Amino acid sequence: MSLTKNQIAQRIAQELQSGFYVNLGIGIPTLVANHIPEGMEVEFQSENGILGVGPFPEAGKEDPDLINAGKQTITPLPGSSYFDSAVSFGMIRGQHIDLTILGAMEVSDTGDIANWKVPGKLIKGMGGAMDLVASSENIIIAMMHTDSKGGSKLLNKCTLPLTGVRCVKRIVTDLAVLDIVDEGFLLKERAPGVSIEEIRQATSGRLVISESVPEMVLKEA
Amino acid sequence: MIRKNVATINQAIEGIQSGMTLMLGGFGLCGIPENLIKALSQSSFGDFTCISANVGVDDFGLGLLFGAKKIKKMYGSYVGENKEFERQFLSSEIEVCLVPMGTLAEKCRAAQMGIPAFYTPAGFGTEVAEGKEYRNFKGKNYLLETAFESDFSLVKAWKGDEAGNLVFKGTAKNFNPLMCGASTITVAEVEELVPIGDLDPNQIHTPGIFVDRIFQGEHFEKRIERRTVQI
Repeated sequence: MSLTKNQIAQRIAQELQSGFYVNLGIGIPTLVANHIPEGMEVEFQSENGILGVGPFPEAGKEDPDLINAGKQTITPLPGSSYFDSAVSFGMIRGQHIDLTILGAMEVSDTGDIANWKVPGKLIKGMGGAMDLVASSENIIIAMMHTDSKGGSKLLNKCTLPLTGVRCVKRIVTDLAVLDIVDEGFLLKERAPGVSIEEIRQATSGRLVISESVPEMVLKEA
Repeated sequence: MIRKNVATINQAIEGIQSGMTLMLGGFGLCGIPENLIKALSQSSFGDFTCISANVGVDDFGLGLLFGAKKIKKMYGSYVGENKEFERQFLSSEIEVCLVPMGTLAEKCRAAQMGIPAFYTPAGFGTEVAEGKEYRNFKGKNYLLETAFESDFSLVKAWKGDEAGNLVFKGTAKNFNPLMCGASTITVAEVEELVPIGDLDPNQIHTPGIFVDRIFQGEHFEKRIERRTVQI
């Protein structure tokens, strides 16, 4: 069985470590916040200028001066801070953020990522994505293994305009966990019940398969 | 103390002319100079080049200037959420230059701080890098980006005093402090304008030296773009 988007987020949450400052992108990455293991201390940054993003407000308590990068109303956690956009991207560029979790349209087997523009379709802009991928030491991509037409999103070379080059370290899809290594996509784990052959067929870039590829273990938060 | 307060919004926007380059603070609809935007949308001036993170929504924020066809060129980072902007973009009525958000912030800050250019890794190897100089430092490639040059900065703060000192609130800070002093003239609209001496100097985010004109906005709608609550 391939993973649901929520299960992809659940698997990525297992990559969190206590003491991590984390930036979550829009889409599947946002769901990671719902799966933080009990007792783990992590702080979420939103690049519009808050560290310590808390839950959505109760109805009637929304503050128009408090939003996340997705423009949703939020609340601050005790100990949070607000700052301007230059300081915010300084945290990112200066590698003070420990982990960045982003969605992607395509990833290449050398770690290039495309996630901001589809030629011929309406262009909405890169927002902070290029800054995040160019600077983060630790980037995990959360995405479906194939697109809506069944085409692989794990390629030899991205076909869409790039967001960044040689920056992705790890990918968690509905089928597998893969690391980017010199030889290509290293298959680390497969979704429960998904065969190596299925992953091979859904991967168009170079795929490296080690002797044993365990099934993922999804831990409840 | 040097006083920066002006009595009317007409005095606040005096000197803005067609064809000028304007910086506008805000992220989404959060922390936008809504009174200044409204005044400009109703003015006789246009053909502006605007620098702002986003483009508002159809009937609010920068959307008012697009609706009134006041903008000919836009420097922004994320430009979704506005159908009239989309229409003008797709029909090439406006020129759009997309800038990575951290680079956009730093181009404002560089202008404010007297730094003509800076290196950043954002966009290296992408179409953002086309035609730009780059340099390798310690094994990593960086693009050379230049400071913005603009005529007016239009910002919004929570509180300010008559000396032009500003205090921001929450995530409404965003690009506003970076745009103060980044243009020839900086105009700040505030929700609450207080007399000199009422703000604690320890709590001021932007010193008045970066602000040329300050006024209390007549009406703040402070619209929420994506009201999201706990279920």
